[in-house]
Amino acid sequence: MKELSLHILDLAENGITAGASLIRIHVNEILSENTLTIQIQDNGNGIPLAMIENITDPFVTTRTTRRVGMGLSLFKAAAERCNGRFEITSEQGKGTLTNGSFQHDHIDRAPLGDMPSTLVSLMAGYPEIDIEYTHLYDGLNFTFDTREIRAELDGIPLNEPAVLQHLKKAIKQELDHIKGS
Amino acid sequence: MGKLSVSDLKNLKEKVSKDMSLREGKSKILVTVHMGTCGIASGAREVMDALMKEMEEADRQDIRVMAAGCLGMCSSEPNVTVEIEGQPPIAYQFMDANKMRQVFKRHVLKGEVQTDFALAKM
Repeated sequence: MKELSLHILDLAENGITAGASLIRIHVNEILSENTLTIQIQDNGNGIPLAMIENITDPFVTTRTTRRVGMGLSLFKAAAERCNGRFEITSEQGKGTLTNGSFQHDHIDRAPLGDMPSTLVSLMAGYPEIDIEYTHLYDGLNFTFDTREIRAELDGIPLNEPAVLQHLKKAIKQELDHIKGS
Repeated sequence: MGKLSVSDLKNLKEKVSKDMSLREGKSKILVTVHMGTCGIASGAREVMDALMKEMEEADRQDIRVMAAGCLGMCSSEPNVTVEIEGQPPIAYQFMDANKMRQVFKRHVLKGEVQTDFALAKM
């Protein structure tokens, strides 16, 4: 994946496929400690105990369309080649928590990339799923919660094209703001 | 800093709610962007972006967009499927933003299947 935000889109998709109604995405950039961590939590079905130990093996997958599952393996490899760590915990019936950390200035670390586009793609493709996004950048934080947006929209669907274009611009502005650019 | 300001949404709400009643009716056209790991890695997000921009411009109430997992044809990703009521679904392969715009303008809006990009009739 060229951007970490594409991994985020992929892992969120895992949660949705597992029947989640809420995806929590947490990005934390601490420049003083030179770390970037990405956490994705869903309230889906969880991963069976027998599977969790080798879930990052590309030949272990729940899918039926083909016999390889690359998503988690790629994310793990991305974290580990940047002196980071990868962790996954899951409880059946409660959901899954995936955690990846990266050395912020590692030469191999892909840029975080276009987060607004990742969030808007999720909202466009899965309008019934709620997303909670938190981004911390050196202590400044930005949060975005589709449940609040939904309440504000008062019955207008989240995937209305005009709404999505508006949200994309707004999210980009807020993220630029916390990054001071 | 903190939460996304939602005040602007109010203006938008008024604008959009006028069209709302129309969209209540059943959508006749469904466009699916396949966003499995394979699709995402090969550019499905840019395809979705382009599609949503076209959707906003077209402002048509009978078109619905959704995302789905992998079709099982990973080597031909990004895949997009267009289903028009009463016609067999068409799966497109090796999509990018430009091809998406063409498929939307020609196939989705005018009903002309873009056979150059098509993978299969399903």
